[in-house]
Amino acid sequence: MTTSSKSHPGFSVDIFQNEYLADGAREVNAIVTVTATGGGTSGGRPAADGTSAAGGPQAAAAVVVMVDCSGSMDYPAEKMRNAREATAVAIDTLRDGVAFAVVSGTHQATEVYPGNGRLAVADRATREQAKQALRKLDAGGGTAIGTWLSRAHRLFETRPDIAIRHGILLTDGRNEHEKPADLQRVLDTVTGSFTVDCRGVGTDWNVDELRRISSTLLGTVDIVAEPSGLAEDFRSMMEKTMAKQVADVALRIWTPANAVLKYVKQVAPSVEDLTGRREGAGPRAGDYPTGSWGDESRDYHVCIEVPAAAVGNEMLAARVSLVLPQPDGTSEVLSQGLVRAVWTDDLASSTRINSQVAHYTGQAELSAAIQEGMAAHRAGDVDHATAKLGAAVRLAHEIGNEGTFRLLQKVVDVVDAKEGTVRFRKNVSEADSMTLETRSTKTVRVKK
Amino acid sequence: MPQQTVCPSCAEPLEPEDVFCGACGRNLNDPDPDPGPDSGQDRDSSEGPAGTDGAEVTAPSSCVHCGSAELAADGYCESCGGVQPRPRDHQERSLAGVAGVTDRGLRHHRNEDAFAVAATSLPGGEPAVVAVVCDGVSSSARPDEASAAAVEAAAKSLLTALEQGREPDAAMHGAIEEAARAVADLAYDGTATSGGSLNAPACTYVSAISAAGRITIGWVGDTRAYWIPDDRVSAVPYRLTEDDSWAARVVAAGLMGEAEAYADPRAHAITGWLGADAEELEPHTVSFTPHVPGVLLICTDGLWNYAEAATDLACFVPADARTDPLAAAQTLVKFAVAAGGHDNITVAVLPIDPPAIEPAPTLVDFQPFRTLPDLPSATATATATATAI
Repeated sequence: MTTSSKSHPGFSVDIFQNEYLADGAREVNAIVTVTATGGGTSGGRPAADGTSAAGGPQAAAAVVVMVDCSGSMDYPAEKMRNAREATAVAIDTLRDGVAFAVVSGTHQATEVYPGNGRLAVADRATREQAKQALRKLDAGGGTAIGTWLSRAHRLFETRPDIAIRHGILLTDGRNEHEKPADLQRVLDTVTGSFTVDCRGVGTDWNVDELRRISSTLLGTVDIVAEPSGLAEDFRSMMEKTMAKQVADVALRIWTPANAVLKYVKQVAPSVEDLTGRREGAGPRAGDYPTGSWGDESRDYHVCIEVPAAAVGNEMLAARVSLVLPQPDGTSEVLSQGLVRAVWTDDLASSTRINSQVAHYTGQAELSAAIQEGMAAHRAGDVDHATAKLGAAVRLAHEIGNEGTFRLLQKVVDVVDAKEGTVRFRKNVSEADSMTLETRSTKTVRVKK
Repeated sequence: MPQQTVCPSCAEPLEPEDVFCGACGRNLNDPDPDPGPDSGQDRDSSEGPAGTDGAEVTAPSSCVHCGSAELAADGYCESCGGVQPRPRDHQERSLAGVAGVTDRGLRHHRNEDAFAVAATSLPGGEPAVVAVVCDGVSSSARPDEASAAAVEAAAKSLLTALEQGREPDAAMHGAIEEAARAVADLAYDGTATSGGSLNAPACTYVSAISAAGRITIGWVGDTRAYWIPDDRVSAVPYRLTEDDSWAARVVAAGLMGEAEAYADPRAHAITGWLGADAEELEPHTVSFTPHVPGVLLICTDGLWNYAEAATDLACFVPADARTDPLAAAQTLVKFAVAAGGHDNITVAVLPIDPPAIEPAPTLVDFQPFRTLPDLPSATATATATATAI
């Protein structure tokens, strides 16, 4: 037996920074690498007999799949068929014992399975019944994503004993049948209750809208331009969900009196600004949600402005901890690292830029440049769009983000990657534009 | 109470808002000042290197920067984040025949110097005193660990060799080799260095043996030894070491005059050190037999940067240095802090009291290096004996 029901992955926190500041300097930057290992290595794959892998009890999990069944899903008809097949694959990937439900989404939410206002418990029989029930998925109606999330929330609330709760949301269109404020109200209500991965199929959905949902609910967003790619994508998403071992982990950051935490961003595997997600956690400390973790590693960029001190002084600029809330209201500290500030008059020390900080600063700029460039392009400002995507090409080239570089090449002709000289391509496909925009936040790690 | 501008205990400059001294942790609102820190007390636990002994600084119960009582176990204030005084920030050690003081100074965030003083007996029963001072090279990785490792290895090696009856000169060579090995080993102990591609851990070295009336000095780098006689009228203070530095090299090669060489930005670049990346270890040793009373100083550049010439440095050595070496060491450290404290400061003082051979001897002493460049060769073992006429 490799894990116990109460075990969670071992978390480690590593800090990468140049702690040396010149006289009068106040800004401290650090990359915090959080790595979880040990608990989730057996997760993901159900064994052949349907029992949990590796013999050990898995962390309890609940999953709700929300499938868009609006009228447009029938145009082309293969979209609905592929969505049905992909959902079936996702159900097959559920390991025994996982609580689950399937919701069909239009301008309202309908429980497709089990349909009794509760979650089913996965086993051979319920998986089969669920797949049979998918035949009831038919296109027809509008799109009001807030109602889908509300229904998922209600279903999850029937199992308060389960900490790892994850939604998979598929849509092909815009959230046209409710007001943005309605969706926002739902997001405010369900935040922290469960996490959601969003997938947009085709090209008629809105990248910003889905990103807002996935960011708020600490999940991923991606495009599945071809409906035929859905099944594989759903399998992979569900495997990752099954590998999650611990939920509701927060990054707790303490900063000294009179210091300002300028920003906290996840920078790998994708850029997510967490600055606004702070919740107070005692004097001078705040918690930033990171969702649930399997065996994985994520990087965060922390930027702190500290009060200036004289040369020769040392200060703790931040204490970064990973914390897990306990049922009694306290929190368990899983690991911690220190961000330091040391003032020196040695220019060679204070002018050195930490390679990790430089790398991720560039990645965040790259992500912002793409989003601004694509927004300008939509608004018809081709000059601005060209300048921004040129900058993006230069940054992607510098950083070595080949994935993003290739996506950029589908939208612009690269004349000079080093200088960032580009021309907009003629006849750029909508799918390529949306793929670039959706994946603009994906980062690559620096070689350590 | 009147505004204090320096700490009454340790002369650390103060900010107006300070409640406690940032160097020694003294409560500045305490109207009844303690007697000077550890004045003149002999200590028992004097054999270990100063760098590993936490006896000098007692852990304060509140933050030395903001007065908050919330101090984390890892040495930072839970309120202002300020680092609390560490054991190595200021240390003093005194025993019969030798005293040493080290201080972080004002401009470095930690003390990368280390020292040890110790006493033992030769096989014949004569007392022997040793002192080792090392200065971690700031541009190397973990310089504080380098100096502590060198001091510990050298002190142990010196004591063992002397107790076994080895000649001081051989003991000195052995100690430098042991220290060099200890520092080089740090580069391979698997400790990751934050901040990337720094040089291997490194430090400079100087040590002294005083036994049976004879003084033996060994050094690598720009840590120095000075001889300061009590009577500075009829005897001349002089420097015993020649730096492994760029300036010393160009002067020795006749490429530049001394003033020009020392004004060059490269002047203090060292050409010899202990560390895994040292190309070739060239330990320098020199021995002599003083015939007048005085003190031997060994120190880091944190001190001699403010009084480079032996005659200048002698001005700051108290007249009673020989009878109160700890007070002399404290005085010299305070002088360097007051002069700017730009680097860590370490000095060890060894009182030398040769048996009076003749009343009021007339002495011809060593001449300082600065006027006699052909003095004991810095590259080979040189033995020079100052002879009373």
